[in-house]
Amino acid sequence: MKNFKKIFAVLLALTLVVTCFAACGGNKKNSANEIVIGISGPLTGGAAQYGNAVVNAAKLAIEEINAAGGINGINLKLVTADDEGDPGDKAVSAYNSLKDQGMQVFLGTVTTGSCLAVIDKTKADNMFQLTPSASADAVIANDNCFQICFNDSNQGIGSAQYIAENNVATKVAVIYDSSDAYSTGIYNTFKAEATKRNIALVAEQSFTKDSNKDFSAQIQACKTAGADLIFLPIYYQEASLILKAAESASYAPKFFGCDGLDGLLAMNGFDTKLAEGVMLLTPFAADADDAAIQKFVSAYKAKYNNEIPNQFAADAYDGVYIIAELLKANNVTADMSASQICDLLKVGIAADSFSYNGITGAGAALTWDASGAVSKKPMAVVIKDGTYVAL
Amino acid sequence: MGFLSNLINGISLGSIYAVIALGYTMVYGIAKMLNFAHGDVIMIGGYAIYIAASKAGLHPLLAVIIAMGACTILGITIEKIAYKPLRQATSLAVLITAIGVSYFLQNIALVIFGANPVNFTSVVNIPSIKLFDGQVVISGETSAAIVISLLIVIALSLFIKRTKSGKAMLAVSEDKGAAQLMGINVNKTISLTFAIGSALAAVAGALYCSAYPILSNTTGAMPGIKAFTAAVFGGIGSIPGAMIGGILIGVIEILGRAYISSQLADAIVFGVLIIILMVKPTGILGKKINEKV
Repeated sequence: MKNFKKIFAVLLALTLVVTCFAACGGNKKNSANEIVIGISGPLTGGAAQYGNAVVNAAKLAIEEINAAGGINGINLKLVTADDEGDPGDKAVSAYNSLKDQGMQVFLGTVTTGSCLAVIDKTKADNMFQLTPSASADAVIANDNCFQICFNDSNQGIGSAQYIAENNVATKVAVIYDSSDAYSTGIYNTFKAEATKRNIALVAEQSFTKDSNKDFSAQIQACKTAGADLIFLPIYYQEASLILKAAESASYAPKFFGCDGLDGLLAMNGFDTKLAEGVMLLTPFAADADDAAIQKFVSAYKAKYNNEIPNQFAADAYDGVYIIAELLKANNVTADMSASQICDLLKVGIAADSFSYNGITGAGAALTWDASGAVSKKPMAVVIKDGTYVAL
Repeated sequence: MGFLSNLINGISLGSIYAVIALGYTMVYGIAKMLNFAHGDVIMIGGYAIYIAASKAGLHPLLAVIIAMGACTILGITIEKIAYKPLRQATSLAVLITAIGVSYFLQNIALVIFGANPVNFTSVVNIPSIKLFDGQVVISGETSAAIVISLLIVIALSLFIKRTKSGKAMLAVSEDKGAAQLMGINVNKTISLTFAIGSALAAVAGALYCSAYPILSNTTGAMPGIKAFTAAVFGGIGSIPGAMIGGILIGVIEILGRAYISSQLADAIVFGVLIIILMVKPTGILGKKINEKV
């Protein structure tokens, strides 16, 4: 029954998505003097904050670049599609819709699951793909795909390192989503590194996306095991329920998460007191004392209703500038096909001569090798008085 | 102590399932149909409370009462538009219609409220109880769920035994045709059943969203299916059965998650259902009715 309902749900949702695209498609060929950058991400649904942050920041970056004269006189244009963070056909149809809108360079997707669903399509199309935030190691398996965020093994290892080196806790528990590639990926590397560093893993709890509401049993197991820190390599929605479950059980361990927890504070109606003291790894802290970061944060706040940008916004902002630098350096023109651009860019980004000094590198320049991974170190922030503060 | 906490958490989750299961079981007992849209009425109830309490700033209790009213109207409307024309149709047609109504409600909620889930502010304002130096903590939501579900079961049982409308329900569930011959308005009785079931759905929505405060258009789907399981488990059509089934399902789910596997909890729940149905096909308190020719 459940499966039947699910298939039904997917079919209906697909109908909705398709009709939505029918309205905005129109298959425009690129006649104007523009290079089209496409973004696909969750603009609605559980991870919507990530997708919208990415799109907002990319819009801001593109406006700035165009105002400053574009790419050797050619303007950039942004097209977007909503994949709802779905790891299946919604991701593929979002990608197809971007191609229909004339996309030449792909800045996507935002979530790992969706990204894994489209990497073979972008490879077949020879589309240059730079993902702001899909962090699984498998995302960059093909030679046309590169990451801006640090990958899951870095996050897992980085978290264990941080906990060990700073003596944050001695007894650690983990709650992860066993039905999600991102979450299990980090969990596995975290566990390996924690064992190496003699961090005692006293409880390893999991859940699946069909049972992601009641966490009382998992919290009880952590409490019984006497964990003084719970590692949460998961997304913020479930994290908010876990924080609530811990509060209900009068259990106050430290919480430590990865980039998936970014967004917790911006949840509609969320009691931010619950998140006080939660630590997370992120490449970006909005309060950092860096001129470029402050310029970005104030421009973003001015444009979007005083909203403080999260790291997804920062990654996307850097992403647009990286693409712009690459387009400039390789003398790309508007009439080139996506495949021609890809051939130039995938060599260009991995070249020794190319590096980019942006807002997500903690002061260091970002470089890439042909594998697609970025050289970047995660850093830790803590939630204090309702905002992220660098540790 | 860990076991006691898990048990209490299980009873709390089970009590919410029980309140939802009552809706399934009453409608099945009287109209002989499975109302698969029941879970989605819970979701609508949740949104009604969210709008009344968080958006309009009304007192939480008043918000719950408004939501009960809204869900009652919704339940009666669904019954009139979707199910009443099918009174003489095969049960399969009614079942498919119910699934259709379920998707209609989910998607209409998607259009109206959007796909971004909202964080629900708890309507329960009871301090938590700490036992054994804080080793066992019973949250306000937990106490509320347990007490309210018990009250509802007692009230419903009394209603059915003591009042005229309740007795009419019993008669209709026994034999529709004969009840009509005795002067009972069958249509009115079925509408009343839907009204009560839907009002209970609003209460269940309040309890469920207070305990697990994320509300989206598919919030009702999974608890709906679990509660349906609970109703079958306890013997569909039986009110105390729904209560027992609900609590058992909740306890099995939480204990399974805590002591066997957090990933297999759902499989364990449905596995137990299969075993029960093999041993006792009518459920724990279900009555076997011999068809007379």
